[in-house]
Amino acid sequence: MAEFKEAPAGASVGTQLTTWAENRFPTAFDAYRVHLSEYYAPKNFNFWYFFGSLALLVLVIQIVTGIFLVMHYKPDAAKAFESVEYIMRDVPWGWLVRYMHSTGASAFFVVVYLHMFRGMIYGSYKKPRELVWIFGCAIFLCLMAEAFMGYLLPWGQMSYWGAQVIINLFAAIPFVGPDLSLLIRGDYVVGDATLNRFFSFHVIAVPLVLLGLVVAHLLALHDVGSNNPDGVEIKAKKDASGKPLDGIPFHPYYTVHDIMGVGVFLMLFTAVIFFAPEMGGYFLEYNNFIPADPLQTPLHIAPVWYFTPYYSMLRAVTDPMVNVFAVLVALGAVLAVLKGGFSNVVKVAVLGSALVAIFLLKTFDAKFWGVVVMGLAVMIMFPLPWLDRSPVKSIRYKPSWMKVLYGIFVINFFVLGYLGIKPPSDIGTLVSQVGTLLYFGFFLLMPWWSQIGEFKAVPDRVTFQPH
Amino acid sequence: MKRTHHASFLGSLFARVLPLLLALGLFSSAHAAGGGIPWDKFPTNRVTDLAALQNGAKLFSNYCLNCHAAAFMRYNRLRDIGLTEDQIATNLIFTGAKVGETMKTSLDPKDAKDWFGKVPPDLTLIARSRSAAGQGTGADYIYTYLRTYYRDDTKPTGWNNLAFPNVGMPHVLWELQGQQRAVFADEKDPHDASKTVHVFKGFEAITPGAMNQAEYNLAMADLVAFLHWMSEPNQNDRKRLGVWVLLFLAVFTVFAWRLNAAFWKDVK
Repeated sequence: MAEFKEAPAGASVGTQLTTWAENRFPTAFDAYRVHLSEYYAPKNFNFWYFFGSLALLVLVIQIVTGIFLVMHYKPDAAKAFESVEYIMRDVPWGWLVRYMHSTGASAFFVVVYLHMFRGMIYGSYKKPRELVWIFGCAIFLCLMAEAFMGYLLPWGQMSYWGAQVIINLFAAIPFVGPDLSLLIRGDYVVGDATLNRFFSFHVIAVPLVLLGLVVAHLLALHDVGSNNPDGVEIKAKKDASGKPLDGIPFHPYYTVHDIMGVGVFLMLFTAVIFFAPEMGGYFLEYNNFIPADPLQTPLHIAPVWYFTPYYSMLRAVTDPMVNVFAVLVALGAVLAVLKGGFSNVVKVAVLGSALVAIFLLKTFDAKFWGVVVMGLAVMIMFPLPWLDRSPVKSIRYKPSWMKVLYGIFVINFFVLGYLGIKPPSDIGTLVSQVGTLLYFGFFLLMPWWSQIGEFKAVPDRVTFQPH
Repeated sequence: MKRTHHASFLGSLFARVLPLLLALGLFSSAHAAGGGIPWDKFPTNRVTDLAALQNGAKLFSNYCLNCHAAAFMRYNRLRDIGLTEDQIATNLIFTGAKVGETMKTSLDPKDAKDWFGKVPPDLTLIARSRSAAGQGTGADYIYTYLRTYYRDDTKPTGWNNLAFPNVGMPHVLWELQGQQRAVFADEKDPHDASKTVHVFKGFEAITPGAMNQAEYNLAMADLVAFLHWMSEPNQNDRKRLGVWVLLFLAVFTVFAWRLNAAFWKDVK
């Protein structure tokens, strides 16, 4: 009590109250200073830097709308579909809450993909921010699980059959597959048991994990400080009082800046909610307005648009494709042995594992390797800080041809996504196979291509136009 | 008592252009009913015409509810299209249901399977579920479907349909439309000269109905308007509200932008 601060004599009631609070909960006030009013962020943030705060906004929107939906939704296979229609028709403003939640799910992925892309082009995952990136990848994984489980809850045709297809993929895992699928489903077929456990995970388990990961993501970021579009470390140049010369306090400069971003985002978000909530069948699929019927398989089962690039890669792994993988593994091993500069022990280990890999490739079903490829396509993001051997962080100072390479990666991702929506076709499979190789080649060959070429000189101060 | 609402030009433009842009070039092989002709366009302006919606409600409860249910639609929701509970109870309920109950059918599912081969699907959301990318909205499909029935003695019901070939449902509205026959011609397949395709050439009237073709088309437009409205009764309010929400957000964003500029003036 002796260390309590005293409010000055004649202070306003407001000041007295805040002093009272600060004496008893200094952590909160310190947190305000550390994370807002005295968190110095680089002043040259651009358009790509809106998406982190927007992701946080969409998370809050999903949680709040979710809370209201759960008041009326019934997680019972016989009642779920009807309860959603009850929300849409009989609950006052229920239709608005439902559309906010369904549009929010898609908006979450738009925002998160753009947020991740910012990390890729500006090297925000490089030292000392590797852990921020890893937490982010874990958030992305949880988000995919959350969206997948949430999609089952309306219990429409696409909900049911999409879940059936994806859970069956887990059954393809050797040895543990069938038991794992049983655990996921809670039964031998997708049914009421599945709905109940997906409801539990979607409403409580995964959101808690997501919130924890988001807190870790932000705390780890604030510990090392934000990156910026020039990839310049602003903490290298500080003024007399220890503040970065190129830094500005997050509050008020970036709070007001992000409010502007929120305004634009909400205009797009509400335009969809009020004028096109189905979004041509991409946000609310047409088939999902039919109650789930285990006896009637839809003509065309496709995942929601944000999973389609990965779905494309899953479908691309056919028997011929497995042979291509075997050849690539062999080539990779030979190259590593000849050019890797490894010791003899390591050389033998590389050749040995390549032989084991090729044997396994030919033993297990192509369907299993499809699942593996789909999983690896997400997991490959985790080691990005160590795959990127570029001497500079930001794409601004890399050779111009690397911009083309990133452009190809983006276009490839869109093409894979487009193909994932369409039913399978011969030409579609071929293009997805090329696309899969391009996608993995971009990452796996990065240790090599990220060091090639003439890099431009990185300035020691950020580039900023006062405005 | 006719109220017409005008969703703003921008609002309806957005609602139609954006999904259209997305659907362009995306030809799904998943036709609504396995084959079938391209769909006519349903006149969407009818969904804001209360008289049309009321006529559609009349047709729906007289002709459709005998076999189909609309289990998520409450009778008293029809107040939104300008009917009183008395009018609804007196003119539209034939099953003895109370006005606060949902539109169930009296057809026993077992009988339905015996007579038609399957239980007639629920119609509450039919206008949303039958949409198909690249082909049109569910309303387009149903509008086409209800107008392309023709006599076909090779089928158990005696009827066939161009939009849903080999459908198990008979032509319930034949008394209004009359009976027609479909004329097909065998032509060379444009993609493969060695094959022939059965091409639809036109309808031939057999007996007239209570309405002529123009009247029947309008009646069907009313019925489909009702089905479209029933699949989402809030849709007209949704669009009206959306205009105000967007206007507010536009003004808010302009203020936010200027406030941001005011703060950032100090940053050198």
